Amino acid sequence: MTQQPVDADWSRVRLHVVTGKGGTGKSTVAAALALGLASQGKQVLLCEVEGRQGIARMFDVDPLPYAERRIATGLRVGDRSPGVVHALHIDAESALLEYLAMYYKLGRAGKALDRFGVVEFATTIAPGVRDVLLTGKVFEAVQRNSRNKGATRYDAVVLDAPPTGRITQFLNVSGELAGLAKVGPIKSQSDTMMTLFRSPRTAVHLVTVLEEMPVQETADGIADLQAARLPVGAVIVNQVRPRDISAADLDAARAGHLDAAGIARDLKEAGVDTGDGLVDGLVAEAHDHAERRALEDAQHAVVGGLGRPTYELPRLAGGVDLGGLYELAGFLKTQGLA
Amino acid sequence: MKSRTRVGPLATTNGTAPAIDVDALLDDRGTGIIVCCGSGGVGKTTTSAALALRAAERGRRVVVLTIDPAKRLAQSMGIEQLDNTPRPVTGLRTNAKGNRKGGSLDAMMLDMKRTFDEVVESQATSEKAKQILDNPFYVALSSSFAGTQEYMAMEKLGQIHAAAQADGTYDLIVVDTPPSRSALDFLDAPERLSSFLDGRFIRLLLAPAKGPAKLMSAGFGIITGALNKIIGAQVLRDMQTFVAAFDTLFGGFRQRAQKTFELLQADGTAFLVVAAPEPDALREAAYFVERLGEESMPLAGLIVNRASPEPRGHLSADEAMAASTRLRQRADESPTASLTAGLLRLHADQARMVEREARLRERFAAAHPQVPTAVVPALAGDVHDLAGLRRVGELLATPRP
Repeated sequence: MTQQPVDADWSRVRLHVVTGKGGTGKSTVAAALALGLASQGKQVLLCEVEGRQGIARMFDVDPLPYAERRIATGLRVGDRSPGVVHALHIDAESALLEYLAMYYKLGRAGKALDRFGVVEFATTIAPGVRDVLLTGKVFEAVQRNSRNKGATRYDAVVLDAPPTGRITQFLNVSGELAGLAKVGPIKSQSDTMMTLFRSPRTAVHLVTVLEEMPVQETADGIADLQAARLPVGAVIVNQVRPRDISAADLDAARAGHLDAAGIARDLKEAGVDTGDGLVDGLVAEAHDHAERRALEDAQHAVVGGLGRPTYELPRLAGGVDLGGLYELAGFLKTQGLA
Repeated sequence: MKSRTRVGPLATTNGTAPAIDVDALLDDRGTGIIVCCGSGGVGKTTTSAALALRAAERGRRVVVLTIDPAKRLAQSMGIEQLDNTPRPVTGLRTNAKGNRKGGSLDAMMLDMKRTFDEVVESQATSEKAKQILDNPFYVALSSSFAGTQEYMAMEKLGQIHAAAQADGTYDLIVVDTPPSRSALDFLDAPERLSSFLDGRFIRLLLAPAKGPAKLMSAGFGIITGALNKIIGAQVLRDMQTFVAAFDTLFGGFRQRAQKTFELLQADGTAFLVVAAPEPDALREAAYFVERLGEESMPLAGLIVNRASPEPRGHLSADEAMAASTRLRQRADESPTASLTAGLLRLHADQARMVEREARLRERFAAAHPQVPTAVVPALAGDVHDLAGLRRVGELLATPRP
């Protein structure tokens, strides 16, 4: 794995927002980041807001309720207490009811709101309201205060956020609400949230793979976030192909000049049966790989030009299971994101 | 969330799916609508465009309704402008006599807000329409309500279909569905929108204006009090104005959604479920396939995009990895040793991925043995021209193991 020089210090960040185009593996990266952060003995909360129960599936645990649950505990090293990843599945309706109970002593009216379908209404009318409720809960977890007695205080919160195309709208809650609520408590609440989201204590990381469309979306996403004055964090390049063939060999593979005789000799030395056209097969595979690598390298250069610290995660040929998540967390840790 | 039951053979012995005959589907004049569904990031847009192009070059008069194509793909099809109207695609392949069997291809990109506005304008007097269009709640609902995009895609499909029936412009409509998290959203969204518009609270907001409000008013007082406290009186007033103005349109909306839903159940419609060979995408595909069955919607098959290419030769992943490790230890002895080791590792990775994907597909086929499947290998680069689409179309139509 090539490691890029990174001059980023993420130690002040309390809220890591992880976004990415569909299919790039943002949920995987969010989970790996939470694990990596927790591996340093920290208390980390991993939140999901899209109702897909992806965290439960990745960690192979029962579907998560609207309550913080421990889902991964580290091993004890010496007398330092191990880090813990907690998980929270946030849904807008539960968040609204909790919010009403916490901030307004509504009593009878609170129940009436639910009974008359106001909760359903408020959580469906527009993602504006929905987003404020979802991000509001995340905000509360980051800014834990005396109102929420007995709750865990977290060293960091990782949010598995909506995809790149929607992330700016999602975080830009006060902007989104501006059309609906110009004054009132919801407005001032969302302004307070914006202060956190725009501060250096928040970082929005974008996950991409080295293909044209995801990289383009990442570039657009960064521009949108910057226009909304939201803090852009790192770009995480996921599913990177193996890089252990030299540039010269890749050129030769593309041009069809690989030393087939040499390869055949090596295979024999290593005790591999070269019957059934294995050498030709490997050379053809090398050609395809070299073509793809060339396209990846071009996208890699585009990512490099985005001006953000970049981290890379390898493609795991066997798929991502819990062991795979730990491995990815290890990569993020060695490279300094976690 | 409503709990779902799984639907499948319950007991089965084999896990191989029949191949889709894509060309037969495209050539069948009885096929009037093809809907491509699937979770986000699986290549729905490219698949729809490729199918539409192939159908057109085989003689169908096709329109493809795309939702959010990549910029360069949109440019190559001449639809980079979001004007909500089908535009002819030029550059279709002709045979030696300059004839392409009478086929044609139009393409359009859905403008969700514009479509919604047009529906409002067509249903209400111009004064009332303006009142609705200016209301902040309408703006929120029409531009960002979860489900509006799906609803509007259906609305547009209904419109194009009605127009094509009337003047015979098109004999095949290919529909790309919005990039939602779940493929099911496409079927659920219209219902969600209309049940929302029919919700208790909306009825309540309408109540003071509408008759027997006496009984409601005690409850209403509490609610408005609470809402004023939380969101402020202005918001509540906007909400009431919007709901009152919109109420008269409800009936029309509901009726249209119902009609399009019926269109999707008709014989001329074919659903293609698009997935990538990943557990999440295939799980979504499975839910969708089962759901189509429940709704009596005609499923034509499953398309698995981005499949890893088959490795050549019979060397297993484990053997390749072991040999690769052995060679790395003797890198000093042969100038090509590290290259060969690298190639063996690539081969091992590829064999592992192909094995994993094949297993995923087998599991899917075991649970859904009746679903014809097409497997499309991953292309090295993105598709952004007609030649690329044509290539995808060929791959779609070529049966693979």
